[in-house]
Order: sequence, then structure tokens, then C-alpha cells
Amino acid sequence: MSEPAGPARPASLRERLASGAFTVTSELSPVRGASADALRERARLLAGWVDGVNLTDNQGAHVRMASWASALAAREAGLEPIMQMTCRDRNRIALQSDLLGAASVGLTNLVFMTGDYPKFGDHPGAKPVFDLDSVTMLWTARTMRDEGRLLSGNELKPPPSALFLGAVENPFAPPQEFRAARAAKKVAAGAQFLQTQYVFDIPVFERWVSALRAEGLTERCSILAGVGVIRSVRALDFMASGKVPGVVIPDAVQRRLRAVPADQAGEEGHRLAAEVIARVKEVPGVAGVHLLTAGYEKRVPELLDLAGVSHGRGPRPAITHARKSTNAH
Amino acid sequence: MSAPRVAGAGPVPVELLPGPPADWHPGPGEPRRPAAPAPGMAPRWAYLVQRLVRPNWLNRRAGALVERWPAARRLFTRAERASKEGLFGCRMCGQCALPVTGYSCPMGCPKELRNGPCGGVGAGGACEVYPDRRCVWVAGYERAAGMGRAGDLRRLQRPVDHRRFGESSWLNYWAGRDDHLWTADDGLASPPAMGQVP
Repeated sequence: MSEPAGPARPASLRERLASGAFTVTSELSPVRGASADALRERARLLAGWVDGVNLTDNQGAHVRMASWASALAAREAGLEPIMQMTCRDRNRIALQSDLLGAASVGLTNLVFMTGDYPKFGDHPGAKPVFDLDSVTMLWTARTMRDEGRLLSGNELKPPPSALFLGAVENPFAPPQEFRAARAAKKVAAGAQFLQTQYVFDIPVFERWVSALRAEGLTERCSILAGVGVIRSVRALDFMASGKVPGVVIPDAVQRRLRAVPADQAGEEGHRLAAEVIARVKEVPGVAGVHLLTAGYEKRVPELLDLAGVSHGRGPRPAITHARKSTNAH
Repeated sequence: MSAPRVAGAGPVPVELLPGPPADWHPGPGEPRRPAAPAPGMAPRWAYLVQRLVRPNWLNRRAGALVERWPAARRLFTRAERASKEGLFGCRMCGQCALPVTGYSCPMGCPKELRNGPCGGVGAGGACEVYPDRRCVWVAGYERAAGMGRAGDLRRLQRPVDHRRFGESSWLNYWAGRDDHLWTADDGLASPPAMGQVP
């Protein structure tokens, strides 16, 4: 990528993906509380190491600070925020309104998803909305940006022209044969990048990516493979219990983590995650990884090192100097 | 978070989440209901019926006639509800998507997803929200693919018009009021227009 003379500016997520450089995004969970200090602290650990962070939208239907507010805090800490929006809690009026608000303060990286059902959260009696779904929401956002209109047809002055639209997909959930087609629907609706659910089953992931490649869709939409770290046997038990929506842990992975002494399962999980990163990096059509490692911020640099993808990454000086950093890529 | 026990390695079990009691039924005005039961009509017959209810000259005339009398319209709507509720778990959204979903009603999905399954489908094809039910989209995909119609599921479905709930979708279909429900193809060649959803 051509950089202007003078102090190098870290490439934006969009620029980095366009350049073809291996890209790392990470999830950052907003806090349950009225101060973003704790989030800023975790965000600073990632600054310079990742190219963008997803601020989840009441993840797992648990109330957390709004993703827009958390996104602003992450930006202050020197990270490029990616704001998640689910269709669970807002109808088409509120979603479009929030999107305009986000765009007005420069939060233009958005990821849309349908959202977990309220039953799984801390307010299981909440009324679910699901007025739009992930596909129609993406389609709406693209219509707002490219046609300058709301769903109603009313004109936007000005339209949110800088939006960079993302989606998610789970290549491992049934019906697996339809999962690439579902991702294709999201690309047709406007997705420019796509982050996946945890990748543990590499062959299934490879099949899914190659189906997208066969349709030329990896050229139109950057694929970021979801990578998680299983930190303990207890975490493995939980993730494999079927109680985490959409997460499948293959038998081989379970055997490997249970084969080591329980107190070393975390290290084995760390090594496994690094191996997954290194392996998906070699899959043609994969643009990077999306770290689903909330609460693991401290060890992310180590993880990227071990995976061999930390080149050009490193801690970034304090917020005010963030723009002058020369080592962002 | 307390970790549930899982016995050793092996296929990931789709455990039953605490679901609603077996006799659970929504109260009046309750918008959500448990995932629909499996469609009661074999895909072969469903696609045959599809040919019969096309908006041909005869159906359009009959529809227009029925719409002239409120009583006839009510009776017709009731008949549609009676037949489709039993066969497909129809929710009377008034904008039927069955022809392009393998005749598995997407409104039976707890999230009312009309563009395909969510990412939470269980390993065995179980609904994430009501694991004792099969995901309506897993059923729909199998039914459509079995008839060589999997491509239908790649059409982009536009947002539901909530004013149409309770109306007859056949009358809306024949009167051309739901022509815009989905795109003609997978929308990849050129960006499909969302159109105006007033």
C-alpha cells in the first residue's frame, strides 16, 4: 500500500483488507456498568496488535453498555472500532436511526447479525423484536449508503456514505450445504467483510471458503476466520455442552485438550488457537482472523507471535501519539 | 457461569435447554410461538399445489370476486387459515413465503427469519430456541433440495409488512400485492433494489 510521506498513519481496517495484508480483528465485550474505564484498559492491551475490534451488542442477550458508546471508548484507547448491531432489540425504525447516529460520529465499520434469542440472556422474559434479519439489515444499510434512502424511500441528507459493512456466518451449523449460500446472500445484500463463528474444524471451514471462492465471492467480501482460545477444561466442557449457540468442538480437539493434565489445558488451548491461525492463513480466500478471545487481551500479542502473524505489530504509544505510530503494519 | 458436565469425548450432545412446558400456548396478542412442527405435506404435493394456486386468469378472477364481499373474504381467509395452519403451522402473515422455502414456514422460526437459518442451529439440526423442534430452515433446505429447488432459498426476502398479518396471502398473491416479497435471483449479478417498504 502506498503511504503518504511523513509519519505513517496506521491503515484503516478497510484499507488493510483492500491491501491484501493479513488482517486481525478481535472481539471486545462492553462492560456491565456505567463507566468504560475497564473497557479502555483492555482495549489498550490490544492497541497496535489488532486492526479492529468488534464491540458486541448486548452479547448473548445480556445487558451491557451500548456498543456505540463502547466503540467510542475503544477508539479513544487507540483502536479502530467495529460496531455490532443485532436485530433482536430494535425495530427497523430504531436500527436505521442508530445507524445514522453512529455514522455521524464516525463509527462507520458495522457488523450486522440477527442476534441471540432473549431466552439465553439475563432478561429471558424480554420481548424479542426481530423486525429485520441480518440480511435485510445489511440490505437496508447498503440502501441507505448507496441510494441515500431509508427503507421508507425517504431521502437522507446526507447519506452515511462511509459505511463499511460486515456480516457473520457459522459455516459449521446445519444445514452445512447451505452455509456458503447464506453467506452469499449476505454478500448480495451488501456485506464487504465477514467474520465467522469459532473455527476448530478446519476441513469444514476449507470447504465453506472454497464454495465462496468458486463463486468469486472472496474477492468481493473479505473472510475473517473466527479463532477462540479454550482456556481450561471447564471452558471446554461448557463450549462442548451444546449450550453455546452455534459452537461445535470436534472430537479431535476435545481429545487433545483432555489428554494433557488439567492445569495445562489452557496452554494447550493457546497452542491450538495459534495453530488454527497459522492454518487458516494458508487457506486461499481467507483475509485474516477474528479473535473471539474476550478477556484474553493480555495474551493476544503472544498468541499472534506464536502463530507467526505478529510481524509489524506491536504496542502503540499512548492515545495522543497513536496516529504517529510507525509500526501498525 | 457454572459449567455443565459433559461426559468425555464423543459427539456433542444437543441437550434440552429449559424450554416452555409441553402445553405452552401463547396468550392473546402474543407475537412469538414455539418453532413450528414439521410441515405436514410432502414436498411433492406441495409443489403440485403451487402450480394450482398460481395467479392465473381463473385465480385472479376468483380472488377479485371474493374480495368484493367482506363476508366472502372472511370466509375465504378462514378456509386458508384452517388448511395452512394444520399443514404448515401457518401464522397468517398474509405474505406467504412457502413457495420459495421448501414449503417449511419461516414464520415458525422463533426469530421469524425469512432469509435462512440462524447460526445457532444445533448439531443435529435442532432449533436453538426450542431444541425439541427441528429448525424450520433445516427442514426447508432438505425439502427444497430434494425437489431440486435449493436455489429458491438463495433469493433475498424483503422485510415483512406487519400490517398484513391476518390477511389471506392467496388473495394478496392473486391481486399482485406481494410481487415484491423476494428477489428474482440470488442478487449477486447486480445489487438488488430494496424497493420502497412504506
